[in-house]
Amino acid sequence: MRARPATVEIPQPPAGAPAAAQPTLTNDDCFGCHDDDSAARADGTPVVVKPATIEHSIHATIDCVDCHQDVATAEMPHAETLQKVDCASCHSDAADLFKVSAHAKARDGGSVVAASCVDCHGTHDIRPKTDPESTTHHLNIAATCASCHGNAEIIARGDLPRDMTRDFADSIHGVVLEKSGLMVAPTCSSCHGAHDIRPPKDPESRVGVGNLASTCGTCHEGVARQFEGGIHAAVLETGATNAPACQTCHTSHSVQRSESHGWQLSVINQCGTCHAERMSTFRDTFHGQVSALGSRSAAGCADCHGAHEILPASDPRSPIAPANLVKTCGQCHENANANFVKFDPHADKHDRARNPALYYTSKFMIVLLSGVFGAFGLHTMLWLGKEVRLKRGRRGTSDTR
Amino acid sequence: MTVDPIPRASRHIIRFSRTDRLMHGFLMFSFLGLALTGLPLLFSHAPWASWLARMLGGVTVAGVLHRFFAVILIGVFVLHVARLFRRVIGEKDYSVFWGPSSMVPQPRDLRDLQGHVRWFLGRGPRPAFERYTYWEKFDYWAVFWGMAIIGGSGLMLWFPEQFSRVLPGWVFNIALVVHGEEALLAVGFIFTIHFFNGHLRPEKFPMDMVIFTGSVPESELQHERAAEYDRLRESGDLERLEVPPPSPSTWRLGRAVGTIALTIGTALVILIIFALITT
Repeated sequence: MRARPATVEIPQPPAGAPAAAQPTLTNDDCFGCHDDDSAARADGTPVVVKPATIEHSIHATIDCVDCHQDVATAEMPHAETLQKVDCASCHSDAADLFKVSAHAKARDGGSVVAASCVDCHGTHDIRPKTDPESTTHHLNIAATCASCHGNAEIIARGDLPRDMTRDFADSIHGVVLEKSGLMVAPTCSSCHGAHDIRPPKDPESRVGVGNLASTCGTCHEGVARQFEGGIHAAVLETGATNAPACQTCHTSHSVQRSESHGWQLSVINQCGTCHAERMSTFRDTFHGQVSALGSRSAAGCADCHGAHEILPASDPRSPIAPANLVKTCGQCHENANANFVKFDPHADKHDRARNPALYYTSKFMIVLLSGVFGAFGLHTMLWLGKEVRLKRGRRGTSDTR
Repeated sequence: MTVDPIPRASRHIIRFSRTDRLMHGFLMFSFLGLALTGLPLLFSHAPWASWLARMLGGVTVAGVLHRFFAVILIGVFVLHVARLFRRVIGEKDYSVFWGPSSMVPQPRDLRDLQGHVRWFLGRGPRPAFERYTYWEKFDYWAVFWGMAIIGGSGLMLWFPEQFSRVLPGWVFNIALVVHGEEALLAVGFIFTIHFFNGHLRPEKFPMDMVIFTGSVPESELQHERAAEYDRLRESGDLERLEVPPPSPSTWRLGRAVGTIALTIGTALVILIIFALITT
């Protein structure tokens, strides 16, 4: 028995009609022509439909003319060009959802490449998404979407977003989906939805910044809850679109394992895209220098600030709240004490108010270095000039000393 | 090679003892090592930094090597100070504090500097220098000061948890800046000014062999350190200080070591300049 979505409106014979009433045209009638391997239009394009295809499809129980309604009353042989099949006549819920999608809007705008029902679901061979051979089976969706979104020609013709299918395949989501075959791994529709895929800029989009935490939170519920307690979520709630949501740090299609050192190092720069000044002072410290050289042996942003539930130092729950510093620094520096945490991990040698001692030390060093190099640079230049002149003169007079 | 590079025509006068040369050898070795392993961190933003760190075996290995070289250099420093103490206390040799064998700056050095600059400008004769010239004393004190400052701040950064028992954490902010800037001063100075004064200037090019062989031809001593030469001749010490010319193996070893050191140093200077102008 096949599960059937509850929303499908199964065509019923008109009320009062005899139960045994037969359609005017049976499938057998259709196969009379379409089962023939040579069935083709005048221009040669084949119109072969094998009974087996229909039998294996979810539509095996309905008749050809239930979809091709205009054929039911047509004279045979029917016209070459039939009306478009209207899936909405049964699947009105899906069709309603589809109407608001980016695909539907592109079609309305005249696009001929934007997906309609059949581009994802197929035609005569439509199988339920529970069928491993279905184009909409969880493990096949990425390939189905990639047939357009990974096709350079269609991308160009339809002005689609850049090809992200390979990014996805290399991401942790893509790897566990395709290599490990995990049904719990997300595929395209897990984040974007299926029928009502909206562009990310649409505030109602599942992948819009305002909705991402709840979309990712469908699987990463614990992380979403942490994120919602943090400062970034609080800023997002004010409607700010430049505040970071999940994909700002994790990327949308190239999500990496958070344990990977490469990712941990690259996300530091991600923090720096907004926190530029903090980033530059971080890079001035040992932590930042070691990280810049590609080592994870020193602290990066998240090691002190936390990752999802980032809170300002003024919040007593924050790992960088003054009362928590000994513990936070102590994660790496075992014997950290109250003195130790007076270290400023974002010290700015140009900021006299924040780091006066450092400011004057730095100024002194500049004077010292320029003084020494200036004086000895001049000394060296004069000396070089003299010895060059001496050598030339000696050569001229063939004097040895 | 057709020409014997070792100057045998002249008598050779000993200038640096075997211990002096060995100490300078360890100083060179550890200093070059410290520069190589430290510069990637100081110029971590430069494109060559992560490459150099990888060549050294990664940041962690570079860090271990840096501390290894630091221990050697601290050892050289401690041994040097101990030898000074032995001269003063053990041998009652107070020439350490004043006179031609002393590194202490003296009025003569100021006069030599003036005379030298006048000579540069063609307004006077080359000054008759003594055993240690003013620029050599500057080299010496630069290293001495550098050892204290770079070594001290380096130890703080190596053992921050221990130092924080007595020092507030912001001292480490200062220690990091001082360690880096002083190191830049030391590296920049040694690999440009010291290299030029000691080795690369036309009269010495490509290098002065005295730090490797220990001895200097009499004619060279007379030309470069006329005051010392006259003093030694008058006191009769010149004969006592005469040694055989350096052996070919010593000469070859010196050339090799000197060439390697000059090459590494010059390469590092180029990397530093590249990093400074591209940021």
